[in-house]
Parts: sequence; structure tokens; C-alpha cells
Amino acid sequence: MRLLRHRPAPPAPAAPGDLVAEADSLHVRLGGREVLRGVDVVVRAGEVLALVGPNGAGKSTLLGALAADLPAAEGAVRIHGRPVGEWSAPELALRRAVLPQAAALSFPFAVADVVRMGRAPHPSSPAEDDLAVAAAMAATEVTAFAARPFSALSGGERARVALARVLAQGAPLLLLDEPTAALDLRHQELVLRLCRERAAAGDAVVVVLHDLGLAAAYAHRVAILRAGRVAADGPPVEVFTEGLLSEVYDQPVEVLSHPRTGAALVTPRRGL
Amino acid sequence: MTVLDKPAEPAAEAAVAADPLRKRGTAWLLTAGLVLGLLVLVPVAAGLGAYPVPVGDVLSSVQHRIGLGGTELDRVAESVLWNVRFPRIVLALLVGASLGCAGALMQGVFGNPLAEPGVIGISSGAAVGAVAAIAFGVDLLGTWTVSAFAFAAGLVTASLVYALSRSGGRTEVVTLILTGIAVNAFAGALIGLFLFFADTAAIQQITFWQLGSLSQATWPKVLAVLPCAATGLALAPLYSRRLDLLALGERPARHLGVEVERLRTVLILVIALLTAAAVSVSGIISFVGLVVPHLLRMAAGPGHRFLVPGSALLGALVLLAADLASRTVAVPAELPLGVLTALLGSPFFFWLLRRTRRRQGGWA
Repeated sequence: MRLLRHRPAPPAPAAPGDLVAEADSLHVRLGGREVLRGVDVVVRAGEVLALVGPNGAGKSTLLGALAADLPAAEGAVRIHGRPVGEWSAPELALRRAVLPQAAALSFPFAVADVVRMGRAPHPSSPAEDDLAVAAAMAATEVTAFAARPFSALSGGERARVALARVLAQGAPLLLLDEPTAALDLRHQELVLRLCRERAAAGDAVVVVLHDLGLAAAYAHRVAILRAGRVAADGPPVEVFTEGLLSEVYDQPVEVLSHPRTGAALVTPRRGL
Repeated sequence: MTVLDKPAEPAAEAAVAADPLRKRGTAWLLTAGLVLGLLVLVPVAAGLGAYPVPVGDVLSSVQHRIGLGGTELDRVAESVLWNVRFPRIVLALLVGASLGCAGALMQGVFGNPLAEPGVIGISSGAAVGAVAAIAFGVDLLGTWTVSAFAFAAGLVTASLVYALSRSGGRTEVVTLILTGIAVNAFAGALIGLFLFFADTAAIQQITFWQLGSLSQATWPKVLAVLPCAATGLALAPLYSRRLDLLALGERPARHLGVEVERLRTVLILVIALLTAAAVSVSGIISFVGLVVPHLLRMAAGPGHRFLVPGSALLGALVLLAADLASRTVAVPAELPLGVLTALLGSPFFFWLLRRTRRRQGGWA
């Protein structure tokens, strides 16, 4: 294994329900402030886990810690049962893919080249890479501008290209930080449908969302964060209660049941 | 928005299939062109000068020396070719390749198209080391002394600029350029200070060298820079793919398996090696490292697999041509090479600045 460190092999596929990643009484400090204060979260294969909560609750920080970007001050983050610090960067790249909040690029690479960068961790052949890249671009509907430079795209198009790169990486754990923020209605739905598809195929998906309706409709499980702690963790129909959401967001809300699907619909209580 | 976007799509789709192939074709074509250009320019440059030698004679003399037939020329012509012109040409090629390659690497490491050893002060940093060695008559390592001092000082400066101009994993244009101004000013002051302490002979040597010139090229000088330049040029292409990923930013690159800290450390070392190689023999020749990678990026795209070796080739070609011009346009006098490259390079830099600013909509 030591000799092959530069070309680590991809992990064996996980069975649905297997523990892929976990945060264990995790504390994270950023600039002297304790942003996460004892978070316990498990991420399982075959499941879409949505992280929701008000601004500054620690959603992105938790995602960063799961991605091994931010070190734990106390507690631990484990991926495939091993503390993140013990994996090398190439080994981690085969186990988790990360979509950052904002996609940036220093040089005007073509869209197809950017998506192909997602294949860098894999010791696969160019033909396999071609297939993975084409599939990821088709799934995110960016094939039409494959040859355009990334810098010439709109914000929403860039977001989809970044997602295509993350999908092309083919990692069994997807960590997505607000993938729907810049997208129109159609593409928001598309992205979350893709999350469900990846979960159905056996991957674990963690997604930071602001839209509680999207979380209720697409997540198998929701973790509500409040001031660096998990306030509730469970299926959306169980944790999305008027009392809890009103308190966490400091804003009275109504939770309705969708007349056809029965999914939770969350709207602010407005006195209009 | 969507309605406006739709009509553009069919045309874009047609471009999809053709483009990657076209890019790869362009890269090969450019490589072939650059190699051919060098093969033509080297004998021409060897022939031109105050004592002209016909190109046919140049080739014949080279053939003779490497034992492939040909004939020996008369004593003067042989001496001019092999003691004056060829060391100078080889030095121009080494310095040009080092500068071009260092520019491409530096822009990749900083993720900033305006980074260049001269602009951000690494050349002047290396120059401080070299000037110190000349001014104080240091002779610890024989012919390698000046190169070694230039390398050490260049390395310190490169690390310093890197540390000072980054925040939050990215380098902003303003911070980088301002850091460069500060570093250049400080290095200039140090050089001035050393000049103050140096004797007349050393001052003359330094002044001449500060303008940037290859006119004192000799074979020992070639040997003095060869280790630095060859090591740097050999190592650089190994990091092309990782430099591509670094364009996404530090964290995304790490997410894709790049050990960013190690990559950065190694590349700063390589940049310092290449810059020191160039500066220690030719003085400060700016803008080659800026212009060369840009021209190639415009022609063949930003992929580093072509850009890094391509910049070395084009850098060599450009500097050979510039040196040829500097010693032939004002015969019998000689224009300083650094003055010539700055004269042509500064307007280009200005244009780049304007373009970058326009794209970003200001310097936020």
C-alpha cells in the first residue's frame, strides 16, 4: 500500500445504510470563535442528508469539517471509519467530492476541461474519463456549452459546471454547499433529483440548503443546526414542526402538508 | 434569460466535438513551429554580427566540431563562433527558457495571470544576492558563487512575496502588484547600499549587469547556470497537471487529491532556481516571463501540459531574437538587452492590466 501511495485504489462500494462519514462530538474553531460546539452527525450510504439552519449556524463549517478542510478542535471526523487526518489527499479524493459555495477559476479553461479535472484522482483510462465527463455534463445540462470558456458563463451555468465536475469525480460521498443558490427553479429541481439518483445508486449525499421546501421534498434526513449544535435530526416530516422551526429561525412559520404528496411545506407566517 | 440563451446553443454544440482536437492540434503545431524557429534562428544568430560568418560556414563548422564531416574555418572565424557567439547563444537560450518557464509556473502557482519574476520583485531579490556577491568579492564556490547567492536571495524573496500577497487562499491583483512594488523598492535600496560599499571595478560590473545583458557570455558562465536552469526546466513539466487543478483554487485542488502545501513548496523552489539561473548571468531581464506565457495561452488555451514546456521554448526563441537585435541594431554599440525587453514588454503589461481590470469591473 505504501508503495502505491501515488495511485491509491478507489474504495469498495458501500452497501445502503453503511456508515460513510461521521462527526463525533465535533468542535471547530474559526478565528477564535467556536463555530461548532459538539456536533454529532452520521452520514449513511444511500441517503440524502440536508443540513439546514439560520445564517451562521455552522452548516458550511460542518460541511468543511466533513470535507477535511477544517481541523477539529475537539472530537473527530471519520470517513470510512478512519479519522480524516489519517487519509492522504489522493486517498480522500477517491472517497469524497466537494462542491464549494462559489466556483472560481484563475484561467479561462473550457467547460469540458473543467469537468475533466474531476477525473484527476482516478487512475482510469482516457476512454473511461470521457464517458464519466460526458455523463456528468449531460446530467447537469451543460453539454451545450462544453467548448465555451468557464469565465464566459453566467453564475447559474458556472454552478452547474462545478457540480458536473464534482459528479465526474465519482466519489461515494458528495458534500454540496448550497448547490441551488444560483439556480433557477428548473435547475434547483434538477440538482436535487440528481442527489436522489446518486443516493439511489448507493452514494451518500450531504447537502447544505436554505430552501426548507426543497429539503422537505428531497432529503431522506434533515439535520437542523442552531448556534453550532444539532437542534434536531431525522426525516423531514418528523423534524419540520412549526414550534421547532419558528424557534430556530426566530421567525414564526407554518408547516402545511402538500395536498397531493404529503410532503411538508414550510412558509413564513405572514400577516397579509 | 433562458429564452435569450436558447438560440446560441446549436452553434455551441457544433463546436463541442471539434474544439478539444483543434486545441491539441494547435499545441503540436506550435511546438513544431517553435522548434523549427530555433533551428533556423540559432545558425542565423551565430552568423550575424560585427564579424559576419555565412550561415553555410556556421553549419559546416558545427558539423566539423561534432565529427560529421564539414570543414574547419579560418582561425578568426572559428574563434568568433566558438568563443564569442555560441556561448552567448547558449546563454540566451538558457536564460530565455528559464524566464519563460518561471513565468508560466509563477502565474499558475499564484493563480494570477499578472505574476512574473520581474514584476513582483523576485528578479530584484535574486539580484540583491548576486550584487552582494560581486560587491563584496565573495568567492566561496568559485564560478558558482554568484548563481548560488542569487538562488538563495531569490528563494527568500519568492517565499516572502508569496506569504505577503496571499489571503484566504487566493492572490488579488492589487495585493500582488503592491507587494511587488514594495519588494522591488527594498531590493533597489539594498543594491544601492552594496554599490556604496563596492569599489570602482565592482561598480562598473554591477551597473552593466543591472541593465540586463548577455555580452559577457563565456563557456564558464554557461556552465555556472547550467545546473540551476537544467534542474528547473526538467522538474517544471512534472507539475503541469497539478497546476491545472490549482486553477480551481487551493481547497478544490486539495479535494481532487493535490497535496497543495508540498506542490507550492516545490514550485517556489523551482521558480527560484530558474530565476536565479537567469538573473545571475544576465542581470534583470523583465517581462519575458509575463509576455511569453500569455501569448501561448491566447493561442493554445490555458492547459499547463503545453504551456510550461511551450513557454520555455518560446522564451528561448524570444530572448535569442532580442539579444540578436540588441547587438545588431545599433552597431557598433550594443543596446542593453534588459532595456529592449522592458521597452517592448511594458506596454504589453499595461494592456494586460487594463484588460484584467475591465474584466473584473474594478480592483475590488
